[in-house]
Amino acid sequence: MFPASFGYFAARSLEEALELLTEYGEDAKLLAGGHSLIPAMKLRLATPRYLIDLGRVPGLSGVRIDGEALAIGALTAHADVASSAIIRQRLPGLADAASVIGDVQVRNRGTIGGSVAHADPAADLPVILTALGASFVLASPSGKRTVAAEDFFIDFYTTALAPNEVLTGIRVPLPPSGAGAAYAKLPHPASGYVVVSAGALIIRQPSGQCASARVALGGMAGRPLRAGATETALQGKALTPQVIAAAAAKAAEGSDPIEDAYASAEYKRQVAAVYARRAIESAAKRAGQKI
Amino acid sequence: MSTEHTATGLIGAPIRRVEDPVLVTGKGCYVDDIHLPGMLHLAVLLSPHPHAKIVSIDTSAARAIPGVRSVLTGADISERVNIPAPMVVPGMKIPPHPPLARGAVHAAGTPVAAVVAQSRALAQDAANAIEVEYESLPAVTDAEKALEPGAPLARTELDNNVCFLSTKTNGDVEKAFAQADHICRMHIASPRLVAMAIEPRGAVAKPEPAGDLTMWLSTQAPHRARADLATALGFPEHRIRVIAPDVGGGFGSKGPLYREYVLAAYLALKLGRPVKWIATRSEDFVGVIQGRDQAMTSELALKKDGTMLGLKARVVANLGAYLYANTTTPTQRMMGMAPGCYQIQNVHVEVAAVFTNTVPTGPYRGAGRPEAVLNIERLVDKAARELGIDPLEIRRKNFIRPEQFPYRTGVNVEYDSGDYEKSLSEALRLSDYQELIRYRDEARERGELVGVGVSTFVEPSGGAGFESGTVRVERSGEFTILTGSSSHGQGHETVYAQVAAEKLRVSMDQVAIRHGDTLAIQQGVGTFASRSAVTGGGAMVIAIDRVVEKARRIAGHLLEAAAEDIVQADGGFAVAGVPGKAVTWRQLAAAAYGGRLPRGMEPGLQETAFFDPKRDAWAFGSHVALVRIDRETGRLAIEKLVLVDDCGVILNPLIVEGQIHGGLAQALGEILGEHMIFGDEGEVLTGSLMNYAVPRASDMPPLIVGETVTPNPFNPLGVKGVGEAATNGAPAVVANAVMDALAPLGIDHIDMPYTAPKLWAAIREAEAKRKG
Repeated sequence: MFPASFGYFAARSLEEALELLTEYGEDAKLLAGGHSLIPAMKLRLATPRYLIDLGRVPGLSGVRIDGEALAIGALTAHADVASSAIIRQRLPGLADAASVIGDVQVRNRGTIGGSVAHADPAADLPVILTALGASFVLASPSGKRTVAAEDFFIDFYTTALAPNEVLTGIRVPLPPSGAGAAYAKLPHPASGYVVVSAGALIIRQPSGQCASARVALGGMAGRPLRAGATETALQGKALTPQVIAAAAAKAAEGSDPIEDAYASAEYKRQVAAVYARRAIESAAKRAGQKI
Repeated sequence: MSTEHTATGLIGAPIRRVEDPVLVTGKGCYVDDIHLPGMLHLAVLLSPHPHAKIVSIDTSAARAIPGVRSVLTGADISERVNIPAPMVVPGMKIPPHPPLARGAVHAAGTPVAAVVAQSRALAQDAANAIEVEYESLPAVTDAEKALEPGAPLARTELDNNVCFLSTKTNGDVEKAFAQADHICRMHIASPRLVAMAIEPRGAVAKPEPAGDLTMWLSTQAPHRARADLATALGFPEHRIRVIAPDVGGGFGSKGPLYREYVLAAYLALKLGRPVKWIATRSEDFVGVIQGRDQAMTSELALKKDGTMLGLKARVVANLGAYLYANTTTPTQRMMGMAPGCYQIQNVHVEVAAVFTNTVPTGPYRGAGRPEAVLNIERLVDKAARELGIDPLEIRRKNFIRPEQFPYRTGVNVEYDSGDYEKSLSEALRLSDYQELIRYRDEARERGELVGVGVSTFVEPSGGAGFESGTVRVERSGEFTILTGSSSHGQGHETVYAQVAAEKLRVSMDQVAIRHGDTLAIQQGVGTFASRSAVTGGGAMVIAIDRVVEKARRIAGHLLEAAAEDIVQADGGFAVAGVPGKAVTWRQLAAAAYGGRLPRGMEPGLQETAFFDPKRDAWAFGSHVALVRIDRETGRLAIEKLVLVDDCGVILNPLIVEGQIHGGLAQALGEILGEHMIFGDEGEVLTGSLMNYAVPRASDMPPLIVGETVTPNPFNPLGVKGVGEAATNGAPAVVANAVMDALAPLGIDHIDMPYTAPKLWAAIREAEAKRKG
């Protein structure tokens, strides 16, 4: 519990953070809520020479509607995502996911940007954000670019972020009326991290048919996986429990989950189907389907 | 039993813990709060290897770091310096247990080098800079595998991995088995657990100018620690002072003298400076003695009607690689309670205590008791199912009956008192048992996996010899009570003060309870084995009785009345039947310290008692559980848990209930997810809270706590221990309920913990088998 010695910078602006990042490059790590990085440093699994603290950079937190999307500042704490009135009203599935991260202390300090940039394959937010079709705003000294979630998450702790880039915001498209999203998670009994989780976005036609479905799975690979076979099986179908169950049963098709001392690959495939079903059912209900 | 003065009503009153305001407002003083001028900091390099020869250690880089004051390896310390372990079983093997590895490491977490520096972070940097070359040796971590021919030797200096074999036999076991209509067989393994005290281990060692040594230790047993430290270092015991300040939990794990404690003392004496060592959680994971890890193979011989005829049990206990003073305790406890609460006189129990390349084991809340309860209670349930007998009926048929106490069991120990039928009836009443059965049966009709379980258990408390108490009447007429039983969260300051105040007929605030300092306190033992009320409380009450008797004689002298006419009154003594003729404790103290004493009486008003009950106090209880298993995911939900405990006379019901809640929380760990796992090569796979599943507050099930009261006739307060009750009984009751839930699938055994993936795999396998 004693990190190696390191230097610390408290950036006062995004520009200053980018300058420091450019100067120290791979010797530096950006510090947001610190709830993944600091424990790793205490265990000396991470030994950055410098920390660039984003905590005092103005304008990086908060939730607002920006055109057809929800704009969430990267430094917005999980607790604020979970309790945001806008999110609870328009995207309760995202609030669900934020509310089951870690414990109260983690949710009060940990940030959405930190979770996304850290890209832990057992984290909650990357899964729901993938299901919701979110994209991420990345700033560098040469300007800003926006990367879709599916292009952003590459593998274990690996993202599309360049060494000189800072994740500043998350954009989540606001779903049309008749849409519903939900998140369901089997937590690891020790860490509380995802063993398997599922996020679903269902757009329902007034007739009760599924206009479109996006389903993402966590814990099944080094990055969130889209459950393509499940989505296809829902497309255009009436959202009955039988249809949902049959579609969810295909959730793990084509996946090759990694085993650990707790759960076998076979178990993960099984519960992926169960949690996909639960997430789809909740999402369909929120979309107005009676189940 | 002397509860003659119940007027004040303190004994048995639900008084809130007087120690809590200090602790919950952060004003406690733990070892890490000790800051001494000139203090240096110790970091210890631990072996990541379970078994390896140390080829070389290069400490040059560590020594070169500015601020590093000393770097030590095993070669720097005399071979005479070892952690002491007593010869508990004649002929047992006691291989050396040095504070720093000498030539080889036999378990992950073995200290290899020690660094003292000006700060803890610097010391850690230097420890990390030490280069150790290891040559891997074959490792064995499973105790049953360690007994197989050709198994790797955990301790290469020994011929085999057996530390000792121990047996207890009574009656005619072979005849009983020959006459049996049915023999129920079972193999069951208790998972290895890690005690998770909130405060990790810690030590501050301070060399005193005149050559004495003062140690602040996070320990459950300061006097034992002092004796062990004296033995380990060859340092005179009377020149060591051990202080246990506030201690943030122990659960057995803070009984031993740890290697780092010896290193802190050794280095403080060597450097002439105070040295502090505080464990990290990661170090505690591979440093504190671990619990359970007993594998039990049993056979129960029965008649068709369920009458139990005989019991055979073979226990393979995993000791780990090194012996601490109390490593063998759980094996002895397990043996001593193998037949549980049943009349089984034909018993054969054998224990093979085995060395492996794992972290040493030892007492952890329960210490052999949960293993024994799990073994007999699962066996009884399984036998009932095999014979088609109701699980309640088989228990009732075989219970030791109230009129049979004191009862000498088939393993030659005597139970003091009990009424198991009453306890079971109370648990059934509180659980609305018939309703639970109906609920289960309806759920089962719908294909749901719901089960109801019962366990009835006994548990020994007290033990481990004497405890001491001193009652000192101060000049003010207030009381200082010194107990050898050192609190680390049990509530001694509250409960002892309740008892003392009632016995002395004064208010609680006139009594100060002191413990945890070998300089202040007469010889003592410590707090473990649910012994504080039984043994420490007993010693205190005897000392109080002695003080009262002396005070009565002084009162008689002052009041010019015969001592036999003097009676205790609120705040002092009075002459029986003569209103207004009274003296206060303050007046008595003035006489005792000022000279107005009966002719020939020694001055002073202070008494010390050493009490050894010479037998355990056998508490007991009955638990009922209702569980549900999610067929799709294997997740276990405990929907209802009823815990009825009998700990004799209840001194403070809040403390009793708190102990049951806490004990249950630790039982839940064993039931739901705690499991220290070693990999194929012996490596630690669950060495952090990221993968070792300690239960959370939200895991606590709906609880109903009840009681029966059967006083213990053999100690002054009539009490029995309660600190381990739920830890002992709850694993078995949930195991029985889980197996009841899975019985329709033909599953009759799964070892704990009942993780979701494990239950799901068992369900799936059973379903596949049924489909053929």
